[in-house]
Amino acid sequence: MDESLLEKREGSLDNDNETTTWVEYWLEGELVHRSAHVQLKRAVVSFGETAEF
Amino acid sequence: MTNSFKVDLFNAVHAFNATGIPAHTLATADVFKAALYTAASSLGTTTTSYTSATTEVSGTGYSAGGVVVTFGTAPANTTTTSYLTPSASITYTTVTLSTSFDAMLLYNNTNSGKNAVAVFTFTAQAVTAGTFTLTMPTNDATTGLLRLA
Repeated sequence: MDESLLEKREGSLDNDNETTTWVEYWLEGELVHRSAHVQLKRAVVSFGETAEF
Repeated sequence: MTNSFKVDLFNAVHAFNATGIPAHTLATADVFKAALYTAASSLGTTTTSYTSATTEVSGTGYSAGGVVVTFGTAPANTTTTSYLTPSASITYTTVTLSTSFDAMLLYNNTNSGKNAVAVFTFTAQAVTAGTFTLTMPTNDATTGLLRLA
C-alpha cells in the first residue's frame, strides 16, 4: 500500500469523566483504521460507615 | 471501620455469613476480566454479573468476555481510604468493533457466578482494524480506580 495515499485524522475530547484521543486513517474516502485511547478519570468509590453504640 | 478491614475487603479475607460465599480455599488471586458493551446496554450499580448479553460488543479480534485485567499491585490504604488499580492498561488489540460501545464491565472471571465488580462508562467509540485502550489513573487514594473510603 502506498502510505502517501492515506489521510490521517486525529481527535480528542476531555471532560470530567475521561480524556480520550483517537486516530483514523482514510483511504480514498473509506475508513481503514481507527484506534481510540481512553484515560478514565472517574473512579468507583464506596463509603463504609460504622454506627455508634 | 479500620483501614485494614477495607484492604481485607479487596482480598476477600472475611466471611460474615455462609450465604453466597464462594469457595475461596486457594491462596491465589482471582482472575478479573473487562468486557465491553454497546451503547444499548443498561449496565449500572444493579448489575450483578457478567453475562454474554446481546449488548456485549462483537467483532473481529474480540472474544466474548473481554480481556484479562492485571492486578499486579496489592491493595493499599491511607488513613481514610483503601484503593486498588489495575497495574496495566486494558487493551483490546487489533479489533474491529463497528457498533459503538460506551461501557466496560469489570468482573470476577474465576468466580462461577462471574460476579460484577464495577461498571465504567465513556464517550461512545468504535474501532476499525485498530486498538482500544483504557488507561488507568494513578493508583492512590485520590484517583485509584477502586476505592473504599
